[in-house]
Amino acid sequence: MAIAEQATQGSSDKSWHGIVLQTLKRNEISLIPYVPDRVLTPLIKNLHADPFFTTFATAREEEAVGIVSGAWMGGRRGAVLMQTSGFATLANVLASLAVPYQIPLILFVSERGTLGEFNYGQSLVCRTMRPVLDSLALEHHTITRLDELEFIADRSIKQAVTTQAPVALILSPLLTGGKVFDK
Amino acid sequence: MSSNMNTRNTKVMNRFDVTSRLIGKLKHEEAVIGGIGNTNFDLWAAGHRPQNFYMLGSMGLAFPIALGVALAQPERRVFALEGDGSLLMQLGALSTIAMLKPKNLIMIVMDNGIYQITGAQPTPAADVADIVAIAIGSGLANSAWAADEEDFERLVEEAMSASEPSLIAVRIDDKPGVGTTRRDPVQIRERFMHGLGVREPL
Repeated sequence: MAIAEQATQGSSDKSWHGIVLQTLKRNEISLIPYVPDRVLTPLIKNLHADPFFTTFATAREEEAVGIVSGAWMGGRRGAVLMQTSGFATLANVLASLAVPYQIPLILFVSERGTLGEFNYGQSLVCRTMRPVLDSLALEHHTITRLDELEFIADRSIKQAVTTQAPVALILSPLLTGGKVFDK
Repeated sequence: MSSNMNTRNTKVMNRFDVTSRLIGKLKHEEAVIGGIGNTNFDLWAAGHRPQNFYMLGSMGLAFPIALGVALAQPERRVFALEGDGSLLMQLGALSTIAMLKPKNLIMIVMDNGIYQITGAQPTPAADVADIVAIAIGSGLANSAWAADEEDFERLVEEAMSASEPSLIAVRIDDKPGVGTTRRDPVQIRERFMHGLGVREPL
């Protein structure tokens, strides 16, 4: 993490979080509720610093999903940031709100539980994520490469909006550096 | 129905009656989010409006959904109707709202101390917790119990010109909802967006 994070600090447009921020802005996504994650910290910090975005923490991930769903219906676009364990709390709200009401819910999930996980609970939670997404036929992509990030994120956001369907963008440790034992 | 609520000397009202009184006061296409179950059944029964949104699941999210609408349309007043059992599922949302302070958001809690729709089992809060005290403790200073129907209407009028979010708690009886919402989520969402001026019908 230390090396990967040092390389991405400073929010140049070429960092993963710089690309995410610019892609959100270009797609007029301005409402960003989140439940924090260590890996997402530079993105969250830069979103807070940019007045284009309304960025704030919520107590639970499903609360954030409710907020961006209401905002979408009111004509404002949002996206939710969380980590893997937060996604694991969302099956009910995905199945009873986002999917049946056809809301283009945009989720960014920082992936914990794989590629060097040190917490057994996190590794088990991670294994529930894709089966839940697949059980609802919910579009999801795992982003591993910096050179593919903008394409996947930009296209996925546009597809979510035009097809009125949720999308989950999973940010792999291969992209972000992840979180390692010494933190 | 609990002892501590009796000491508040608030009248036990009826959800459909209170909901109808609220709808009767709406003259400016205010949005109304109806929480899961009886709360939105009575909203439906009070007369469908294009600015009503009816939840068919996601228990506890009436206030967060209303918060999203309020943040998207700051010039429109947004009401959320929620049951006490639902609110208990998402108490953290009160602090989120208190932090953001959307002045156009008005939260109404229908408190009967029971999960009426599943067989009237008491909530864990019924005899021990006070919804208004929880709201105030969460940072929502403008929270109050409605003493009776007239007081409810007065509180609604105050909330419509308030400079901060408002929460009104209403002690209600154990009656089920009067109607049943048509469970068509796509049509509910689409008509709501038409009602908010976000989209035009095809």
